Amino acid sequence: MQATSATLDKPALATRHGAGRPRTLLAGLVLIALLIGAGALLPKWLTFLLTMAASHGLVSLGIVVLMRCGVVSFGQGMVFALGGYTAALLFNRLGMTDALGMALAGGLVAALAALLVARLIAGYRGIFFAMLTLALSMVLYGVLVKTDAVGGSDGFNMGRATLLGQALPDASVGYLLYAVTIGLSGVLALAARVYFDSTRGLVSLAVRENELRVEYLGGSVRQAVAANFVIAAFLGGVGGALTVMSLGHIDPNFSYWTSSGEFVFVAILAGYHSVLAVFIASTLLEIVRSFSSLYFPNTWQLALGIFLLLAIRFLPGGIGSLWAGGKIKTSNGGRP
Amino acid sequence: MNQLITILIDGITYASWLFIVALGLTLVFGVLKILNIAHGSFYAVGAYAAASFVSWFGAMQFAPSWSLVAMLLAAVAVAALVAPLCERSLLRPFYGRDEVLLVLVTYALFLILEDVTKLIWGVNPYYVTDPYALFGNVDIGEQSYVGYDFMLVAVAVVVGVAVWWGLNRTRQGKLVLAVIHSEEVASSMGVNVSRVYMLAFGVGIFLAALGGALTAPMISVQPGVSVGVIIVSFAVVIIGGLGSIPGAAIGALIVGLARSLAVHTAPVAELFSVYIVMAVVLMFRPEGLFQRIQARKI
Repeated sequence: MQATSATLDKPALATRHGAGRPRTLLAGLVLIALLIGAGALLPKWLTFLLTMAASHGLVSLGIVVLMRCGVVSFGQGMVFALGGYTAALLFNRLGMTDALGMALAGGLVAALAALLVARLIAGYRGIFFAMLTLALSMVLYGVLVKTDAVGGSDGFNMGRATLLGQALPDASVGYLLYAVTIGLSGVLALAARVYFDSTRGLVSLAVRENELRVEYLGGSVRQAVAANFVIAAFLGGVGGALTVMSLGHIDPNFSYWTSSGEFVFVAILAGYHSVLAVFIASTLLEIVRSFSSLYFPNTWQLALGIFLLLAIRFLPGGIGSLWAGGKIKTSNGGRP
Repeated sequence: MNQLITILIDGITYASWLFIVALGLTLVFGVLKILNIAHGSFYAVGAYAAASFVSWFGAMQFAPSWSLVAMLLAAVAVAALVAPLCERSLLRPFYGRDEVLLVLVTYALFLILEDVTKLIWGVNPYYVTDPYALFGNVDIGEQSYVGYDFMLVAVAVVVGVAVWWGLNRTRQGKLVLAVIHSEEVASSMGVNVSRVYMLAFGVGIFLAALGGALTAPMISVQPGVSVGVIIVSFAVVIIGGLGSIPGAAIGALIVGLARSLAVHTAPVAELFSVYIVMAVVLMFRPEGLFQRIQARKI
């Protein structure tokens, strides 16, 4: 496998796609710095919108990681909720208040939970993969709703996080959480890009194209899917933790199937070619959501549905295919 | 003993309407290969339409027993008006695409229908009480049960038999079976596949709307009724095997009994009992209880 990717896929991708190389990473870092810098000048509602877009985008990025090996999880809400509840409980019960610590802990707990079921889940494909992950997230939802210790169906509030031992002042708390969210999501997004272009990441793409071929070449399909499932969970967990820190509240709806649906929505809208596209799609969703709920409070889902249909109809490869799609295709046009 | 009977009766009545709804879902999947998230929305539209029809019939001074006819007409109206519209305009452009993508298309349809129902019927709850009292009460042991629930069981049996008969004993049904078996061969034999699609989708939506209409008297019809139904009926068809009618019946019974067992013995587990069953079935028999294992095509 290694030899194949090294001789065939990798140079082709690395030179033509350009991602994963220092220049792309540098551009990414500059973009993150620019966004953090610009945040100081933006109005509060916009920084909050972007914070939500980034933290939710991270969760959808997890789905994109899975899409790259050909499966779609309809239960991403589960890891989103696990990360969120971990952060909120650490804050309220154990007194761990550091924003970065909570975010990483949320990711780790979600990844650990995913690790428990990864081997099993990795054996499923298509609709069965989607349904099994959906079932698991709904089990978590059912448990959370009935667990009074974590507030039952009402959930509970959490206070203000600290950053590196410093309390966040009233005036700038929104901005600082924005900066943390953008910084952390950005770094993880870059890490995802590096992973996508690594040998392991390319094996995932090969799994998507043709599983049998991968097995014959000596790669393990099951292992690739399991690894991606755990990575997706980590990203979802961090996203959940970041979300709850900015929202200040968590409830079982984090794990409900409609939140998972929105994450899938963003992932499909973005396509699996580009990491940046995921965050653009997530921002688009947040914008459509905020503006429609402001101007058409009773029809925002209608607008969202039509938007989604148009996207699937006219951009089948997702937003990312506008600039990255054609370059990733193999010589036979991407067909197995 | 009394509790056991209560659990059984509750489970079976719950299973009855669930079977009607899930049968539609499984039929649509069997023919069109679409796992329809919007199925729950058609259920909701059926419930709303039933509320309107029953109140119109009431306003026209019909006897209360006519409310049953009103409910049936409501389901027919939904199937006749909404199903062709959705199938032709929204689903048709996406046929043949990846099945997970099709799930997302129906998710979009679900979002759209959610708001359309709100636009038509508003956000206030509707109550349809007439039909519920029609059948009186039935005493079994020391407990008294509502007769309407038993009527539901009868309707479910009739619907199940009718769909089975329609598929296996009529010319149209055999065409549908041919399309399920192989769309390509069927169309090369001169079967109008696109008409079969529409027929199957129409019947599927009729069953969803009928399930909604029959449930309307038992609940308050308000925004959000669709959301809960979707995943439960998914659980039923996954347990029974996608596309299988006996599977939908057994799946509905398993889900109904699991839920009523949880409600009566461990209320904490009510919400997730269904999904645990679904997850366990998926782990040991991913194709469901009634689906033959298919060889993967290379």
